[in-house]
Amino acid sequence: MNARDVIFSRIRTALADVPNLPPEQDIPLDWKYGEPLALDDVLDTFVKMCVDYKATVERVPAAKIGETITKLVKDRGLKSLVVPGGLEASWRKAAEKGGAKIVDDEPQKTSPELNEIDGVITAARVGIADTGTIVLDHAPDQGRRALSLVPDTHLCVINADQVVSDVPEAVQRLKPSVQAGNPLTWISGGSATSDIELSRVEGVHGPRNLLIILAE
Amino acid sequence: MTINQTSHARRTPAPPPGTFGVGQPEPVASPAFRKNAQKQLQNGRMRKNLSHATTTIRNKRLLRVAEVPNWEDVRSAGAAIKDRVARHLDQYLAQAEENLTKNGAVVHWARDAQEANQIITSLVKAKGVDEVVKIKSMVTQEIEMNEALEAAGIAAWETDLAELIVQLGHDRPSHVLVPAIHRNREEVREIFKKEMGTYGTPPPQGMTNDPPVLAGAARVHLREKFLRAKVGISGSNMVICDTGTVCIVESEGNGRMCLTLPETLISVVGIEKIIPTFDDLEVFMKLLPRSSTAERMNPYTSMWTGVTEGDGPKEVHVVFVDNGRTNALADPEGRQALRCIRCSACMNICPIFERVGGHAYGSVYPGPIGIILTPMLRGIDSDIDKSLPYASTLCCACADVCPVKIPIPDIIVHMRNKIAEKKKHDRRPHLEPLVFIPVDWVFKESKHWELAQKAVSIAKKSVLKNVEYFGPLPWPASPWTRARDLPMPPQESFREWWKKNRGGAR
Ligand code: SF4
Repeated sequence: MNARDVIFSRIRTALADVPNLPPEQDIPLDWKYGEPLALDDVLDTFVKMCVDYKATVERVPAAKIGETITKLVKDRGLKSLVVPGGLEASWRKAAEKGGAKIVDDEPQKTSPELNEIDGVITAARVGIADTGTIVLDHAPDQGRRALSLVPDTHLCVINADQVVSDVPEAVQRLKPSVQAGNPLTWISGGSATSDIELSRVEGVHGPRNLLIILAE
Repeated sequence: MTINQTSHARRTPAPPPGTFGVGQPEPVASPAFRKNAQKQLQNGRMRKNLSHATTTIRNKRLLRVAEVPNWEDVRSAGAAIKDRVARHLDQYLAQAEENLTKNGAVVHWARDAQEANQIITSLVKAKGVDEVVKIKSMVTQEIEMNEALEAAGIAAWETDLAELIVQLGHDRPSHVLVPAIHRNREEVREIFKKEMGTYGTPPPQGMTNDPPVLAGAARVHLREKFLRAKVGISGSNMVICDTGTVCIVESEGNGRMCLTLPETLISVVGIEKIIPTFDDLEVFMKLLPRSSTAERMNPYTSMWTGVTEGDGPKEVHVVFVDNGRTNALADPEGRQALRCIRCSACMNICPIFERVGGHAYGSVYPGPIGIILTPMLRGIDSDIDKSLPYASTLCCACADVCPVKIPIPDIIVHMRNKIAEKKKHDRRPHLEPLVFIPVDWVFKESKHWELAQKAVSIAKKSVLKNVEYFGPLPWPASPWTRARDLPMPPQESFREWWKKNRGGAR
């Protein structure tokens, strides 16, 4: 018997006492999936929680996304930005206006090349208010995972209608992406560690600056 | 002496001798828990750091849990889902394998630690590389993968900050969540100064002991390794059966680096670490961060479903590891321990763990879950494994915090029973039955009881007149009195008092 067969037979022997029922009948579950959380204001909560995690949040009308990108790029002195292929063209122009050199990822940049770039602009798939989380499903407007990982600043644009109250709603919205084979990255604030004497240090390996534009 | 004698020079810092793993060829030589604990208790700094850490995390956990209105329902759902998994494990594993494979991942099976290490070593060797970057993972510690790779001439670089401190310090983790909590900042600085340059980018000149500065040195040291690594190794917090998705929950971003940049990714997963459906994720993404680091959500979570064209590793492997888990599964009571999602809440609340720290347990799994899980995985033959289930006061705090409602105290008693049964079977003489012969006599009849009390009060009035309490007593009472003072019996018992004062009124 190969290892797989041995393990499966060990498991079946170990479970001799378990009745031969479908799992859902054997252990019923009293749980409703995908339930929203009652919040006074979903967007207010989202902003509050993101800020609590040391992200910078700009809440602006949808018409002002470009303007805000220009401002952020200028303020932060971002000299080079990598952009995913499917990014909204006007955002790219807005970043250029802010003084950044725009780098395309086609052909794909190597990791050391990405390491020389100041930042990245992406869209997002879902925002979670209760936890201050942004989820990327790495569709063409967000790019492959390395883009939003290696450069030190992540500028992320999310629409108000993408923000949900809580994790269960988010999981339901993300299901089609996962079923399509997309990877997911859940981001709650910037990278952080409490490994030395439990003192919190922001920014270890991921982007040390997370700038969120919430567009209404 | 190192665990594996290597013919070539070591590539990575050598850990301390001995094993904390499960299923290693050499027997577990650690002394019993009590001896380890006594030694650890001498380490004042560790006790101070640990008590600060556990107190802070558990207080914060209370806040985060209180924010969830239906916390108890989420816990019950988590427990039920994991019970489903355990009781129908064959079915779910087959489904996971099918969906992982469909999406381009290669699935491997390992009966024990050696087999897992062989599989991993040959996968790395097939890529023609001599180093890997890895994410902190309990199961790779359990199988002592780093040392197996080292023996094959492959360097496994720990990339979690605390694990880096532990690795460079030739040390072992003292806590599942914050493995270097026994070190203070000055020690971390010394370790970095002394060792970092030997294994890669040295720390900057004049590095202070300020945590952000130390973390900055680690960032630079590790970035070099991330950017050139061809193979990454991870564990997994969950594998989702119905979509074939692997999930890693982390804080620093070192995980994302290891999962995204290398061309080949190997994830080592205990066979119980699965959840049935993507829908179930909502339950565990609520339970885990709040119970673990006491955050609403951990900074980064990555999920991947096999190989994604043009994004991340081109080769994705999943190694499912048994290594004793089917032993635990075969025990209907112990089976519940396999619900564990390794959040460490039970450790942070445990009065014993808080004082002795992770090193005393002689196992990669310390604290309340460790004292039941380790002997289930490793068996109850060695001194340490036999002693672990006694490392508890049965205060039951762990059962209250466990996000998947594992009845840890019940399982502790169950394991103690098993050990006592085994002793009986081994015909090793032991004290308890002997002690209970006179106890039995005393309790059998009220007359006997009165007689015994009389004897005690006579003793108190004569030989023990000036004694206020019993300190350590000689054998056979020594195991009990070594760590406890016995109060003096009163000069007059309640029965005597009653007879004197209320004698007539029956
Ligand atoms: S036993 Fe429960 S509390 Fe302890 S680590 Fe496992 S899941 Fe967490």
